Parts: sequence; structure tokens; C-alpha cells
Amino acid sequence: MRAAVVVFPGSNCDRDMAVALKAAGADVSMVWHKDAALPDNVDLVAVPGGFSFGDYLRCGAIAAQSPICKAIVDHANRGGYVLGVCNGFQVLTETGLLPGALMRNANLKFICKSVDLKVESSNSEFTSGYAVGDVVDYPVAHHDGNYSIDTDGLKKIEAEDRVAFRYVVNPNGSVADIAGVLSENRRVLGMMPHPERAVDEGHGGTDGQALFRGLMDQLVSA
Amino acid sequence: MPLMKARVYVMLKNGVLDPQGEAVRHALGSLGFDGVEGVRQGKVIELDLAEGTTEATIEQMCEKLLANTVIESYRIEVL
Repeated sequence: MRAAVVVFPGSNCDRDMAVALKAAGADVSMVWHKDAALPDNVDLVAVPGGFSFGDYLRCGAIAAQSPICKAIVDHANRGGYVLGVCNGFQVLTETGLLPGALMRNANLKFICKSVDLKVESSNSEFTSGYAVGDVVDYPVAHHDGNYSIDTDGLKKIEAEDRVAFRYVVNPNGSVADIAGVLSENRRVLGMMPHPERAVDEGHGGTDGQALFRGLMDQLVSA
Repeated sequence: MPLMKARVYVMLKNGVLDPQGEAVRHALGSLGFDGVEGVRQGKVIELDLAEGTTEATIEQMCEKLLANTVIESYRIEVL
């Protein structure tokens, strides 16, 4: 599997993401936000966490207008895989690749802790390494993770089994406890919790490994 | 180059809970200001524009970047 990790000014989980992908066996290259094209034959683009462009205007809004994001949207429209974590999720909603928006946490606090997530759908390359109902422990670290979507949009993603993860205890006010959402073709996943920060014993847990390994298995055999 | 000015007001749409506005409302109450029934917090963006920029162009700026129309509404005021 060939993966590209995008780096914006203010990204801070880009190298963690690269480490997690490499540990799963992926061939990883880093791409800069000003690059107008992705490396050839990339299977997966990972949009990492951080504070791209200082969260100016809205989280992810400026990053979503960068040259590399046009290439990412094209990649997704061609059926390519995209994983957005934390700020990456915010960027993907701002590009329109994923529905809804991430608002300020309901309690207005920056939340930095480990949370339990329930796997809601294993019907995606990202979540194929889990079973529906599995509870996994991933860290969250965000100020704007309060997932918001209108009633019709919520009905649609629920009906299409596109909620990948739900919080067991809702930390941020997200609608329907939603922690991660899949695109219509199930090849774009955005999530606030950080699987890449749960892949090594030193992290305090390795529940995130199955996401990267599952992706690796599926995309190698594809 | 002659300039024109425009002001864009960006607010959360009605029905979208505004946690920051709620916190401000609580704070006003604890300062003793009674009867503050609601507070909505938004943004004001001032634009210095080339003379002749059309309102349609400003609207595109709002749609593409200045507002996230999933959760926000905007109003343009040409000064």
C-alpha cells in the first residue's frame, strides 16, 4: 500500500501518522500543502491532526483551499482512499468530502484524554479489522470536535451505515455520539479520535493497530 | 486603486446550538444582568475591495470560504 501524509503549516500529528502507517507496512511519503499533485499510484491519503493555519477563520477552512486539497478531492472522486483524523476530519468536512461540520466542544473546553469508542460499522476497509460492537480505546485531543449535521443528513448517514465509530460517553456534544463518519462510497473516513496515537505499547494501548493493519490487508489484496 | 468596503456578518444558523453564546449568556447573568434571554456569537469580516467588485463576487467569497454554509449563515453589507 502506498500512502501519502499531508503536511500543512501547523500540522502536528503528521509524523505520528507516518509512523503508524509504516508500522503497518505501508510505503509512506510526505506531501506539502503547496504541492499540486499527489505522488503516483497513491492508494491512501492521510490528512493528519494539528492546527493547520492556526485554526484561523474555522478549523480546517484555509487548509481545505490549499493546492494539495484539490488533488485530494480528485483522488477521492477517482475512488481513492482518504483518512482524516482530528484536524484532518475538519479539513475533509470543509472540502465537502464528508458531510456535516465540527463545532466548538459543547463544554467549550479543550479535551485531551483517552476515550472508549464503539465500532458501529465494520463495512469499510478502515474498520474491517474490527467487529461491530467492539469497544476500542483511542486518545482524543481537540477543542472543536462537536460533530454537527442537519436532521436529514443524520438520517441519511445512519440509514447508509456510515457512522464508523460512536463515543461510549460523549465528550464533546457530538450529534448522536458520532466520532467518525464514512463517505458514501465508504472510502473516505473522518474521525476526531486518534488511531495513530494508539499503535505502540508505549502509547498506553494498541487498539489503533487494527485500523492500519486492516487497511493494509485490504489495499494490498485489492 | 480606489477602494470599496464591504462587511460580512457570519452567524451560526438558527437551530444550531451556539455553546459560546450560551457561555456568554451565563456570564452576563452572573454579573447581575437579568433578562438576557439569548446570546448568539458570530463574526464580522471587513473587506477592502477594488472599486466595482460586485455583490455576486462577495457572495462567492462567502460561499467558498468566509462561511461554512453547513452550519453558518452570512449577510453582506456593502459600505
